[in-house]
Amino acid sequence: MDLTGKKVTLHDMSLRDGMHAKQHQISLDEMVSIATALDEAGMPLIEVTHGDGLGGTSVNYGFPAHSDEEYFSAVIPKMKNAKISALLLPGIGTIDHLKMAVDHGVSTIRVATHCTEADVSEQHIGMAAKMGLDTVGFLMMAHKVSARDLLTQAKLMESYGANCLYCTDSAGYMLPAEVNEKIGLLRRELNPKTELGFHGHHNLGMGIANSLAAIEAGANRIDGSVAGLGAGAGNTPLEVFVAVLHRMGVEDGIDLYKIMDVAEDLVTPMMDQIIRIDRDALTLGYAGVYSSFLLFAQRAEKKYGVSARDILVELGRRGTVGGQEDMIEDLALTMAKDLGLSPE
Amino acid sequence: MSKKLRAAIIGPGNIGTDLLMKAMRSEWIEPVWMVGIEESEGIRRAREFGMKVSTTGVDGLVPYLIEDDIRIAFDATSAYVHADNSKKVNDLGVIMIDLTPAAIGPFCVPPVNLQQHARQLEMNVNMVTCGGQATIPMVAAVSQVQSVTYGEIVATVASKSIGPGTRKNIDEFTRTTAAGIEQVGGAQKGKAIIVVNPAEPPLMMRDTIHCLTETEPDQAAIIASVHAMVEKVQQYVPGYQLVNGPIFDGNRVTIFMEVQGLGDFLPKYAGNLDIMTAAGLRTAELFAEEAASGTIQLPARG
Repeated sequence: MDLTGKKVTLHDMSLRDGMHAKQHQISLDEMVSIATALDEAGMPLIEVTHGDGLGGTSVNYGFPAHSDEEYFSAVIPKMKNAKISALLLPGIGTIDHLKMAVDHGVSTIRVATHCTEADVSEQHIGMAAKMGLDTVGFLMMAHKVSARDLLTQAKLMESYGANCLYCTDSAGYMLPAEVNEKIGLLRRELNPKTELGFHGHHNLGMGIANSLAAIEAGANRIDGSVAGLGAGAGNTPLEVFVAVLHRMGVEDGIDLYKIMDVAEDLVTPMMDQIIRIDRDALTLGYAGVYSSFLLFAQRAEKKYGVSARDILVELGRRGTVGGQEDMIEDLALTMAKDLGLSPE
Repeated sequence: MSKKLRAAIIGPGNIGTDLLMKAMRSEWIEPVWMVGIEESEGIRRAREFGMKVSTTGVDGLVPYLIEDDIRIAFDATSAYVHADNSKKVNDLGVIMIDLTPAAIGPFCVPPVNLQQHARQLEMNVNMVTCGGQATIPMVAAVSQVQSVTYGEIVATVASKSIGPGTRKNIDEFTRTTAAGIEQVGGAQKGKAIIVVNPAEPPLMMRDTIHCLTETEPDQAAIIASVHAMVEKVQQYVPGYQLVNGPIFDGNRVTIFMEVQGLGDFLPKYAGNLDIMTAAGLRTAELFAEEAASGTIQLPARG
């Protein structure tokens, strides 16, 4: 693989996807110190939002330590060069949240839908584009559909006004050949000016390999997370990815030693658990299940005595999609009944 | 004279047709007109069912409202045209049951506040949203026992059951449902989430209701209240099922529901659409029952 001379824009997820791994409890000080250090290391884009996006604060997904408003107000004024993005899942967040984010200085809006449901994003993508924002369409669980079907959905988002489209491997299920096929088709068929991105999870240990495959096929934005802090086994670990890109002669504008230090000195020490491919995270990748279900399934295991792995496999079998966290406790209760376990 | 109230259905799409099929079985409502804006599959079906039809919108219906003694209109079109439709029929003394998200009249969730609307002869009631019909009774069941500071619902619906109108304005679902959780459910603050799932075969509508109570939940009273409310909803939506719960975790009360439709015109998995048409019809029926018993006096006709 020869990627020499290619340019990529890296996008850090530790303060948004990482919120899942932290049960949305990152403090304002931690947010500010990590974002500032990433800015200093040359990270061009940093996502700051509740793990489930704007409006994600809920019983269902978890109440965060601070509101998105508070995080934006603390972080954005401190940025020298980095831009701050926010995630929005239609059905959870609304146009009102989008406007709030923009009022607080967010300049990139990423509108995320399940990979078959792009048409629920029309009003949000349309509004973001109209407001002149860097507007990204984010097609989640992209492993669930063929490249052709993904293209159909991507074209919808492009038609609403998205200037960048993502193939999002929410389950960390994809292998490089699939990433290559999907990004490749999007690159051939979408407007040449439309940027392409890839968002990986490391559940099968493929975050870096998949991201390289995406670049080779035409993606120029790559999501990752310092120290991998993210849902499931985390996102593509950015400090590792940067080292690989530098060895391959890809330009990313990042200072490798500085980002290594952010990972080692700031992010790793604040982890509640080591982000690694434990058997449950591996199950997410193997069974193709939404990564943020991990901690919910592990909590249900503790509470109801049903194995997290069995819960995750069943969630995969039922075709659950991002946002269905409520299904986990419901399913655990039903499985416990079936096993003759009496819940508490 | 028949006790049945004669009705017009505006909007011959999937919802309008399903409503028509349910209304034809009703002991209290007699569907007479189906109103569309052009010749369509739905209009053709309505004709086959023996309905009078308008293909020129509500204007084609208005001249016959008095002559055909139409007392109830159901609007299954869109929020954009609802206010106009409602005014035209209200002016002639026809009660409007609004199945669109327009919500110009008060929210109506039958087992919670329909009686009150009927007694006050509200001339326009709004059926909130599908998610609202499925979940607000449960929020109310808890808030009738003790104060609910926060009510949150998650509605998961099959991709095939969500039409283009809802998709284009999904924010309207979250906003309207949240408002209904507060105004009808009785929660001090409401939040609604909708998840669209494309699994095949399509999944049945699922709803999770989380309530945070002000003080420690009175478990026995809440369990009894929830079961009683489920039975009330089952009277017009037999496939309304409590799957798990209520479960209690500190001040959190969580209830897991599933809604299977009757499969009249809409498929059984589309419990979200079925509960709207069933609730709309139930609303009309109660107006008819109240009128027949003399509790309310329908607008006089000269």
